[in-house]
Amino acid sequence: MSVLSVRDLTVTYHTQAGPVPAVRGVDLAVDKGEVLGLAGESGCGKSTIVNAVLRLVPPKTKVTGEILLNGEDVTAMKAGRLRAVRWSGMSVIFQGAMHALNPVQRIGNQIAETITIHGQADEKGAQVRTGALLEQVGLPPRRLRDYPHELSGGQKQRVMIAMALACNPDVVIADEPTTALDVMVQAQVLQLLKDLQRELGLAMLFITHDLSVLVEVCDRLAIMYAGKIVEEGPSVQVFRNPRHPYTSALSGAFPQIGDRRFRMAPSGLPGDPPFPGNVPEGCSFHPRCPLAFDECPTIDPELYPAGVERRAACLLVRGGDRVEVTS
Amino acid sequence: MEALDHARPGSREPVLEVRDLHVRFAGRVGLGAGLMGRKPTSARAVDGVDLELYPGEVLALAGESGCGKTTLARTIMGLERPHSGDIYFEGKPLGRSTKMLREYRRRVQMVFQDPTAALNPRQTIYESIAEGLRVHGINRGPNGEAEEQLVARALSRAGMRPPERFFLNYPHELSGGQRQRVIIAGALVLDPEIIVADEPVSSLDASVRGEILKLLLGLRDDLNIAMLVVTHDLGLAWTIADRVAVMYLGRIVEIGPAEEVLTRPTHPYTKALLEVVPEAGGIDRPFLAGEPPDPIRIPEGCRFNPRCPEVTTGTAEAAGVLGRCRSQDLGLSELRREHFAACHLMAHLAGTESAPPPPPAVLKR
Repeated sequence: MSVLSVRDLTVTYHTQAGPVPAVRGVDLAVDKGEVLGLAGESGCGKSTIVNAVLRLVPPKTKVTGEILLNGEDVTAMKAGRLRAVRWSGMSVIFQGAMHALNPVQRIGNQIAETITIHGQADEKGAQVRTGALLEQVGLPPRRLRDYPHELSGGQKQRVMIAMALACNPDVVIADEPTTALDVMVQAQVLQLLKDLQRELGLAMLFITHDLSVLVEVCDRLAIMYAGKIVEEGPSVQVFRNPRHPYTSALSGAFPQIGDRRFRMAPSGLPGDPPFPGNVPEGCSFHPRCPLAFDECPTIDPELYPAGVERRAACLLVRGGDRVEVTS
Repeated sequence: MEALDHARPGSREPVLEVRDLHVRFAGRVGLGAGLMGRKPTSARAVDGVDLELYPGEVLALAGESGCGKTTLARTIMGLERPHSGDIYFEGKPLGRSTKMLREYRRRVQMVFQDPTAALNPRQTIYESIAEGLRVHGINRGPNGEAEEQLVARALSRAGMRPPERFFLNYPHELSGGQRQRVIIAGALVLDPEIIVADEPVSSLDASVRGEILKLLLGLRDDLNIAMLVVTHDLGLAWTIADRVAVMYLGRIVEIGPAEEVLTRPTHPYTKALLEVVPEAGGIDRPFLAGEPPDPIRIPEGCRFNPRCPEVTTGTAEAAGVLGRCRSQDLGLSELRREHFAACHLMAHLAGTESAPPPPPAVLKR
């Protein structure tokens, strides 16, 4: 059974301009020890999924569908149960480590606080556990007494990772965990995350716009466009041999150095991703699609089988056609 | 415009030359330490850089944050004052007089990273682009075009067609990609020889980036504009650059044709940067430990030696160059045709002497 599974999730924001459907029917499942990558551009709904799973969406937002954490529906949890489950059942590593830490508290206290609040240890035990956690993320335990401003960006992100692991969660959600970091530090943090995930057998949902990062860290990939998943499958295959034209354009934006096909030939798509409140009819991608044909503006494709353990929401793969999609 | 020309920079006169450029930022000392007689240490953000930019070439300037690449670009733009060193534009030294700088700033235009921050939210697109013309007192184009025609032509060259449709829009009504096109149009309206672009696509969505890069390459081909593209993304350099310069702690440590530098890197730092470019199935690869270096404390000898894999794995010692790595600063030597690197080990393996370091900063003022 999957540790985290999402079934037919829709999230509709309530705004002054009317309802905005940010997520329009998404299924996801993450097994123990598995890393699922969720990729897409700004506005595609990937962060909304995170917020819905953690029930952090604004009050008037309409959420339908099921979000099962170890078989228990998160959407139906009472406040007390939700508090208990957050962090000990699933935790998050947020994007801006620099803003997520309290600047006037020592980092050791910030980590220990999560442990004591969740009743996992008394104060003394929490201090010991905090030291161990810091070591686990590659920081010397004496750093406990540092304030956030004494740490570099990469070190702060390590503290965020330690904090996410503080209550032994089953699922860790990483929302753009390396976006604000420099290339070399990004490589260090990715390696750390991957090592910890393997070591602890964590289920992980990894979210970023950077497809090349996902391919490295994830077992499976799901590509989102305009509030829906348009392609999913084993990560290397999805990246190297995309079935959906959108995936193909995305992976083209991360060229293989040395591959002469990319030299002086940037690949991109015309136009811009649609605004969530104004998604095109039919296949939401058709106005930007280089392969669109007459049926695309009228039929909204579902996820069709597209190879072993692969699915793609494109009319070109409907009925098992094996159409090679290259940009 | 033959593609071959870009690859052979030696065949033409550079449009821009940078010689022995040093840029420093003064440090601060607390009151107590100051009374105790401690002197502030300055950060040597750019620490002896030579660079040429040729007409119609795209030169990518790569490196980690804090390596000085943005400072170098800003100094070339005249936005930072060099501590010492010279900048030559079309063979003439760039003076400090207001009139010269003004003319220079018309012909060298900058494209910033975040178009949303670079546009005035209360100005229409037309006003944003026409402002450059007005600042420079240009009422008519070279062939007597009116302001409106010049703005329209710039927008249309930047891919905003039909241009008139966007005249009265405000930035918030445009998408990120369109805003970056407006910024580029604002640069084009002044008919520049050089565009300096600092991370021109890193704030844009992946599917939009390609179109902006196509636009930049098109401008190079059609208008023969030289471009200095500052980026941390070597994949981007592979896509659009003719030459690549890699910076580390205020110096260029490797420079050469893009295909050479990116597929046959010589400097260990360039190799390390290429190792960390994410790739399918590529986790568990080597990377440099530690934090990006600090320009306040530049190490003795080769500035990369404390992090250099050739030093830590003992390769440098086995080759008998470790002493030099630790104590002798060095400059760029030509290890292959038009491919320069500043590395004692690589110079040794190539059978040449390491080049002497660039001369220290000389204060002329």
